[in-house]
Amino acid sequence: MFKVCDTFVKSPTLMRDTYCKALMDLAAENDDIVALDADLVSSSGMKPFFSAYPDRAINVGIAEANMIGIAAGLSVVGKIPFAHSFGCFATRKTCDQVMISAAYAKLNVKILGSDPGVTAAYNGGTHMPFEDMGVMRSIPEITLIELTDPVMVQDIVRQVADIYGVHYLRMARKNATAVYEAGSSFEIGKGNVLLEGKDVTIIASGIMVSEALKAAQSLKNDRISARVVDMFTWKPIDQELVEKCARETRAIVTAENHNVVGGLGSAVSEAVVRTSPVPVEMVGVKDRFGQVGTEEYLKNEYGLTAAEIVDAVKRVLPRKKRGLFSF
Amino acid sequence: MENRKSAKELRVIAEGIRLVTLQELEGFGSGHIGGSMSIVETLAVLYGGELRCDPGNPKWEERDRLVLSKGHAGPALYATLSLRGFFPKEMLSELNQGGGHLPSHCDRNKTPGVDMTTGSLGQGISAAIGIALGNRMNKSDSITYLIIGDGECNEGQVWEGAMFAAAHKLSNLIAFVDWNKQQLDGFTKDILDVGDLADKFRAFGWFVQKVDGHDVGAILDAVAAAKEHEGAPSMIVLDTIKGYGTFAAGVEGNHHMSFTKDQMDEAVKKTAEKLEEARAAAAAEEAARRAAAAAEEAVKKAAEPPEEQPPEKQEEPAEKAEEDEAPAEEGEDNV
Repeated sequence: MFKVCDTFVKSPTLMRDTYCKALMDLAAENDDIVALDADLVSSSGMKPFFSAYPDRAINVGIAEANMIGIAAGLSVVGKIPFAHSFGCFATRKTCDQVMISAAYAKLNVKILGSDPGVTAAYNGGTHMPFEDMGVMRSIPEITLIELTDPVMVQDIVRQVADIYGVHYLRMARKNATAVYEAGSSFEIGKGNVLLEGKDVTIIASGIMVSEALKAAQSLKNDRISARVVDMFTWKPIDQELVEKCARETRAIVTAENHNVVGGLGSAVSEAVVRTSPVPVEMVGVKDRFGQVGTEEYLKNEYGLTAAEIVDAVKRVLPRKKRGLFSF
Repeated sequence: MENRKSAKELRVIAEGIRLVTLQELEGFGSGHIGGSMSIVETLAVLYGGELRCDPGNPKWEERDRLVLSKGHAGPALYATLSLRGFFPKEMLSELNQGGGHLPSHCDRNKTPGVDMTTGSLGQGISAAIGIALGNRMNKSDSITYLIIGDGECNEGQVWEGAMFAAAHKLSNLIAFVDWNKQQLDGFTKDILDVGDLADKFRAFGWFVQKVDGHDVGAILDAVAAAKEHEGAPSMIVLDTIKGYGTFAAGVEGNHHMSFTKDQMDEAVKKTAEKLEEARAAAAAEEAARRAAAAAEEAVKKAAEPPEEQPPEKQEEPAEKAEEDEAPAEEGEDNV
């Protein structure tokens, strides 16, 4: 069960610190937890883990493909490896290793890709993954999760360690807007309805969840009742919830810090058209490369804002065709 | 290892594997004959006793592991595993058949005794490193064996792994590179010349040995030396001929090829003859050994006064060893 915060401010805790602490707590209970990194321990905030568990922490150097293969091998003999790199390298440089050595081989590998989308900020276009989830989404049997805030990090990391299989986690390293109250728990594969509404559903993820809540607030002034869903599991997508939202609100807007091609917009659309075709508008990166800048600059540049969501809602509402569907 | 097989016994196993692999491929009509034939002797040494395993319990946790990174040589491994008793020989007809247990490239989820899924070249070394590293963390004495191809060394991941294994002193990793000098499109020196593989791995910090990859005795000695060596991973460079022992030996385009029934019949016939010769040689060696042992025993008995003797216990290990490590015998029956 989860509880949504009353106000939306940046969490004082860094996402990476929560991640490291969660893994250290797990490691204290379970000898099989192993951490791997590809020369980004200082960035990933995993130094405390590496100091506390030097025998179970491996810095493979700048060799991401080798890291994923090693993680796969470790899981062959019962280890539970958590491997990190920036989201761009954790996916683009390792696609085949994740596909064959981990997923196709049915092994137990956890991958953290940090600095998703515009949160890569000053690292610029080369380091700005708008495609990481899209790359991973085409791999069968993998679970894809975008972590919303530190409270979710704490809960999901623990769950993922217990569930056999390949998991890719996408997470901003630094501050995130706190969406959930401490102690909240989450169900992987189920979207969270954060706000009820009847005119439209905004299905958001990551940094766009708080933007969606702000947008819903603003839409109220126009007497538009928007439902807000945090679809933190991108794969397997919560088909049932998407269908329910399509049926009940008859219009959907997606919001993601990722390319809409192959991303959440695609995943939701695929779910919608199967049984409940209603109009969908997508807020996200429109098939463009990243670039350097502050997160705020980039959010405006790529239209990842509450204002953009409001516009998308206003575009989608006239497209609703009431009475067309029998449901 | 006291029960280590003799070179002559391993020769019997090797010819048995070669014969059964050819029969397996014959059933399908085409396949990766080149790279399968070049690793037969290495598989004979490993599954002839060097690699700790239990065919009755393929997932036995204490077993040694083999990562056949050049996964296209699956047919040779399948023949070996079947001869060793991991699955019935009849299953070999499932090679490349939809829904079967023997895909063209190795799959740990499909074939009993296959330890890692491979086929996308370059990836096996990393997986083997992970297994070796995990075993070290688990304080297990299991050895991880790895077979890579020389063409495979075109892949950058091989060298990422080479650097890592040496830096982490993974002495529980014993690797082989099948230096058969050919890759799919031609000779490795023409496609992308890898240079001197032994020098390269040595430069990366490995304990390197170079042997005739079709000489079971030489491979056996190299494995023994690798097991003894501390502080570094081992690389055994196998000087081999792609397609060895068949019509495919050294010919162009032998990575994956079709063959006629006549070609294959001839290869099977020749290999069966070699198997017979190897058996005769092994039997002669065994007879000589027994005769020598009996003579020695007789001399001992004559020299010692016949007092308290606990002879029962001494015989047991010898019998057990024969039972435990009898892949050749099983194979011969099947052949």
